Amino acid sequence: MKFALKAVTASVVLLTSGLVFAQAAKPAAKPAAAAAPTVAAAPSETKGQTVKIAMIEGLSGAFANVGQNQLKSYQFVAERLAGAKNPAGVNFEFVAFDNKGSPQEALNQLKAAIDQGFRYVTQGNSSAVAGALSDAISKHNERNPGKEVVYLNYAAVDPALTNERCSFWHFRLDADTSMKMEALTSFVKDEAKVKSVYLINQNYAHGQQVAKYFKEGIARKRPDVKIVGEDLHPIAQVKDFSPYVAKIKAAGADAIVTGNWGTDMTLLVKALNDAGMKLPLYAYYAGVSGTPTALAQGKDMNVSQVAISHSNFTGELRQLRNDFKTKFNDDYYTFQTYLAVSMLAQGVANAKSIDPVKVAFAMEDMTFKGISGEAKMRKSDHQLQQHIYISKWTKATAKDPYSEENTGFNFAVVKALEPYVSSTPTSCQMKRPS
Amino acid sequence: MGHLRAPFFLLNIDMEFFTNSLLNGISYGLLLFMLSSGLTLIFSMMGVLNFAHASFYMLGAFFAYTITQFLGFWVALFIAPLVVGIVGAGFERYFLRKVHPFGHVPELLITFGLAFILLELVQLVWGRASLDYRIPAALDGPLFTLFGTQFPKYRAFMMFVALMMLLSIWLLLTRTRIGLVIQAALTHPETAQALGHNVPRVFMLVFGGGAALAGLAGVIGGNAFVTEPGMAATVGSIIFVVVVVGGLGSLGGALLASLLIGVVQTFAVGIDASLVGAAASLGVAVTSSTFGYELLSLKVSQVAPIMPYLFMVLILIFRPKGLLGTREG
Repeated sequence: MKFALKAVTASVVLLTSGLVFAQAAKPAAKPAAAAAPTVAAAPSETKGQTVKIAMIEGLSGAFANVGQNQLKSYQFVAERLAGAKNPAGVNFEFVAFDNKGSPQEALNQLKAAIDQGFRYVTQGNSSAVAGALSDAISKHNERNPGKEVVYLNYAAVDPALTNERCSFWHFRLDADTSMKMEALTSFVKDEAKVKSVYLINQNYAHGQQVAKYFKEGIARKRPDVKIVGEDLHPIAQVKDFSPYVAKIKAAGADAIVTGNWGTDMTLLVKALNDAGMKLPLYAYYAGVSGTPTALAQGKDMNVSQVAISHSNFTGELRQLRNDFKTKFNDDYYTFQTYLAVSMLAQGVANAKSIDPVKVAFAMEDMTFKGISGEAKMRKSDHQLQQHIYISKWTKATAKDPYSEENTGFNFAVVKALEPYVSSTPTSCQMKRPS
Repeated sequence: MGHLRAPFFLLNIDMEFFTNSLLNGISYGLLLFMLSSGLTLIFSMMGVLNFAHASFYMLGAFFAYTITQFLGFWVALFIAPLVVGIVGAGFERYFLRKVHPFGHVPELLITFGLAFILLELVQLVWGRASLDYRIPAALDGPLFTLFGTQFPKYRAFMMFVALMMLLSIWLLLTRTRIGLVIQAALTHPETAQALGHNVPRVFMLVFGGGAALAGLAGVIGGNAFVTEPGMAATVGSIIFVVVVVGGLGSLGGALLASLLIGVVQTFAVGIDASLVGAAASLGVAVTSSTFGYELLSLKVSQVAPIMPYLFMVLILIFRPKGLLGTREG
């Protein structure tokens, strides 16, 4: 049996390392809204052309359900905004590249995408992956003039990406953590009942930033609120959150703040529910695949979400969500996919070209049709400026009937924050190509 | 911090936290045992390291989800493991048996391949999203409330099933004729064959039985946690750790290791002490400029999830046969 033991050892090491390297992602939030305006005549230079975008995302592994949903979202929006329905008259094609949630694999996939001629790349789940992609794309563009690649970040919210690590080629469509926390702390400031907060987050760039910015914001606005505990747990490794819940209980917290997403969020909700803990939960990603179902099992859970979206959009976006549900029996929750396509279309129309360099310049300081009216891509750091919403998990109503994951519940707006409220300054020293 | 109660004081442990954590640890440990018992059984009896074991767990959850839609949870509890067992037995009969004569590496590789195939099949049939596989209404809700924290009925049910499983395997192997034949076939296959027993069929039953146990764990774990195609990958490595720590092929060892890992991991999550804190109480100041600060400032709670792997490495170094294992590897 000597051999067998060696084999076991080797296999365990293999399996373990596979698991460890495969996990490092983070997902998206959600927004919505505006009536479809009539589209101006498309410039003849771009009409009928196809913009091809490589979606380099975690499409297998622990967070596959999230990535797969977003791939469908992108393709669905591309179809809806195709040709005459966008100001540039172009068509969009999204092609999937599986980064397995790992920065290293994402770089391999980036190379493959570039080799296949893609000049636009999009990714969102995991700030760790986003950082690697942004750096690699900047380097590539510097070394390969004439073959530049533009990167649309639809969900990675680590503020560093638009501050110390900012890049001309990177455009962020979601609000970053500094903005979301500005919004959330402004909201929590008025929640008199919140006195002792527990922070539980995934241990990587995103989770650490959530903890850091919440502490910073709340110290400024409500210095009496105590942080009674803080946990950073490994991403996608924890199966049973009940030990953490016992710890939260023991710490005497009266509210929880978490940036968890995917199964890490779902399992946290399940464990809270199992223990009968009903304290308010302030979350980033309570509406992402799988989590609404777990929330519904908890019946009266008190969950608020800070995001650029909510469940109450009307008009075109409500129709879009309903049609998505009819087609896939799944929820459209990553409204940044809409923003990405809308922004790109406007950029192409303004540049009168699908060349990424021209489009990138055209998108700077550009206003375009967002989900809550006009959105503006700030020139100094390429961070989109738009509304942020605090929404609450509530029973669907006749006025706002959307049913998240067919649970009969949705995220109803309790507070809408104008873009200027949660806008945060940037330290970005952007290097623009000459 | 200077009193005799220091350890408790330092670790911030009180009775409430202690009791809750112990319950959580034991119930998690028993789930780990359910997951790994089939693996250790197959290994001890056939010498086959079944890489697809976690896939059978996943399969159990998906079958149970579908059966629940039509016939309810209680039927699924019995049918789903049975179906998984049949799949396992079929795999042994038509694939594993063919490569058995070529030795361990081909066996290992074929189960490795099976894991991928099962994953893809599950994704084709059920899709990649997580399923809404719910706990039955009868088991939903708290069983009792302890210090203001509820202990869910379903956890108690999980513990009960795991213990029943342990008891039945033990009775089957030691107190029944078929168990004796299995044991004989494993240690002395030629003799058992010469005595007229169908040894290949015994192997098929063992493999199918091991797969069914994983399937049962899937039926129960699928709704307790999340039923999605990634579920096999998330438990894949931990069950190997349980089996190695417990001792390859030892059922009692697997139980001991599962409980140990479950309890230690659960308590570790609650401990926020770090080496920096330890140094401080010894009067040594460690600051962010100290060499290795990042490592020294890691809290025990942050290390908790990798503790099982640390355990495994230590066991392999100091006691390669595992806690209760009998083989020296």
